[in-house]
Amino acid sequence: MDFMVFQYPMITVQACLDGLLLGILFALIAYGMALQWGVMNIINIAQGDLVILGGYIAYFMYLYGIHPAWGVIVSPIIMYFIGVGIYKLVINKVVDRDLFISILATFGISILFMQLMNFAFGADVVLANSGYGTTMLFDNNVTLPNSKIFSAFVSIIFAICLVIYMKKSKLGRAIRATAQNARAAKILGVDTEKVYAATFGINAALCGVAGALISITFTIHPYMGLPYTIRSFMIVIVAGLGNLPGVAMSGMGLGVFEEFADYILGTEFRIGSVFLLLVLILVYRRFKLSRKREYLK
Amino acid sequence: MKINKIILSFISAVAILLSTSVVSFAKVVGDKIVLGAAISLTGKYSSNGVHTQNGYNMAVDRINSMGGVKVGGKTYKFEIIYYDDESNPKRAAQLAERLISQDGVEFMLGPYSSGLTKAIAPVTEKYGVPMVEANGASRSLFTKGYKYLFAVLAPANLYLDVAIDLAVEKNNGKPVTVAMAFEQDAFSQDVRLGVLDAIKRTGSKKVIDDKLPKELNDMAATLVKVKQMKPDVLVVSGHTKGALTAIRQIAEMKVDVPMLAMTHCDAAKLSKQHGKNSQYALCASQWHKTLTYKDNFFKDGMKYAADFEKEFGYDPPYQSAESSAALLVFKDAFERANSFDQKKVRDALAATNMQTFYGNIKFAEGGQNVDKPMVLFQVMCDGSGKCENKVVAPTKWASAKLIHPIPKWSER
Repeated sequence: MDFMVFQYPMITVQACLDGLLLGILFALIAYGMALQWGVMNIINIAQGDLVILGGYIAYFMYLYGIHPAWGVIVSPIIMYFIGVGIYKLVINKVVDRDLFISILATFGISILFMQLMNFAFGADVVLANSGYGTTMLFDNNVTLPNSKIFSAFVSIIFAICLVIYMKKSKLGRAIRATAQNARAAKILGVDTEKVYAATFGINAALCGVAGALISITFTIHPYMGLPYTIRSFMIVIVAGLGNLPGVAMSGMGLGVFEEFADYILGTEFRIGSVFLLLVLILVYRRFKLSRKREYLK
Repeated sequence: MKINKIILSFISAVAILLSTSVVSFAKVVGDKIVLGAAISLTGKYSSNGVHTQNGYNMAVDRINSMGGVKVGGKTYKFEIIYYDDESNPKRAAQLAERLISQDGVEFMLGPYSSGLTKAIAPVTEKYGVPMVEANGASRSLFTKGYKYLFAVLAPANLYLDVAIDLAVEKNNGKPVTVAMAFEQDAFSQDVRLGVLDAIKRTGSKKVIDDKLPKELNDMAATLVKVKQMKPDVLVVSGHTKGALTAIRQIAEMKVDVPMLAMTHCDAAKLSKQHGKNSQYALCASQWHKTLTYKDNFFKDGMKYAADFEKEFGYDPPYQSAESSAALLVFKDAFERANSFDQKKVRDALAATNMQTFYGNIKFAEGGQNVDKPMVLFQVMCDGSGKCENKVVAPTKWASAKLIHPIPKWSER
């Protein structure tokens, strides 16, 4: 245990800002997960691998001399079609089955993606340099890489666009209707099959954006997907489905939590602390639910 | 019914394949010495696995084309059976078992990484199969009393202790403060032990001792602490991802530290990925092409690098060089033993005392090479942004002068 983070106010500020910027990025991935979980009742274990794949798209643009920031435009477009493809190949066969089947299926997709990426791109750790420089605050005591600010900014823009799209567009309304009651939506003329495919595509596209941002701010590696899946799963569990402000808040909360856990417990427990938190929250929710049930009796 | 048929024919096809492979390979057939190796051609170690394989192949071709191995007045040629261990220790151990008991291999070459070597060593030991390995540096490999394991590389605890000595030297012999960040894996933790020894020996002080997770891609917290504590040396070891992450975030967060020492910079191709941001970083390396060791097969490092590049199209990382050296050691041992008896070859290996282009090789009791110091190189860039690795320590091999302390970010 090391409480240095509280002894120096500048470190506390740094940890909070780092955590918030990171959390906004997590929230974007989690929003995609919440969307397709809500609409299709599928928990996508391959979420993190889609993120990494999106990152590789930006990385390859960077390799060919295009600025990786363009990845946030190109990557979601490609990823949308990959998402629709996965839906047509696998997900549409498990969409009406129980949750366990869908977890198994997406787990399989996750392993397949990992191996394919390893096969296609190699096992090297890679990153794309944005050359964005650094913002210094508080007399140079707090440093914020501009790439992190850029990712948070892009994440917010995409989230806002998506919310507007869901509210205003025809497809957005169809998606929301399907989420509320798939059967009723079908009876009223919504092509639910198309809605499902689009939802999975949108989720993959969001992962693509996040992946491109991660390749600019952190590093990309074929086997690094799982931590992102776990984080988004946790954010969704805490926030609940279809609750965008909740997803954003719990995303940022998780970011800050991770940052502080890193300082206090040590970097080695950073991801471990997320897992621990997940268990605690699941236990707590169960406890709360069982109390409610008793009350209902 | 149809499915049954398909399965049946598949099984029989595999059976036929297996039976033919058993017949076609054996230890020393005709004029061939068959060596076995499980190598990571897929999975997370696949890039370094390929470097290892290229190193082995390069040496096999060279030795074979320059007259092969002379044992008992007869000339033999090397041949290697490779299996892909998928970067998985369990699989590696199975494959070692298979190489020895099914394929009849009597001499082994090592896999890539300490973890996989650790998995294979008990198997080769059990069967009394001499193994010369070139990519397992973990100290724990050499403390188990293995009799048939020989490593041409310096053990992991020697990787970065040179850096601490260098920092003390630059501080006019006075102790320094050290910040450490090491991944939690066998290799990096061994490097850490070596650094701790050096800290103790020089009376220095550790101010930060962070352990990094396997999924490491963010070490901002450690670097914030470094900014606060202002140590004299920052030591980082976390394979390629550690080196890449450290350089990126040190540059982004403008962390000023007089000396930055790391492992795995060679493989990370730091200067290629980060350009000038990686400038001044010190990297521990088993080998560098400018070292002036010599042998009859590859001449020296520069010649080796040129030949390697011609054949494989890239500058050889030290993983390839040390793998090539393993074959030279085997050749030397076979000729001195003048026999293919495993015990005799083992004793000849233990008595090895030679120079290769990769360095001097002489094994200690535990099997580690004690005659080859690690080198430290520093990433140096010229005005146009082209960066190169230059050896700066030990002084005997230095091709450039150490730049110390690292200029502050505000002055770059």
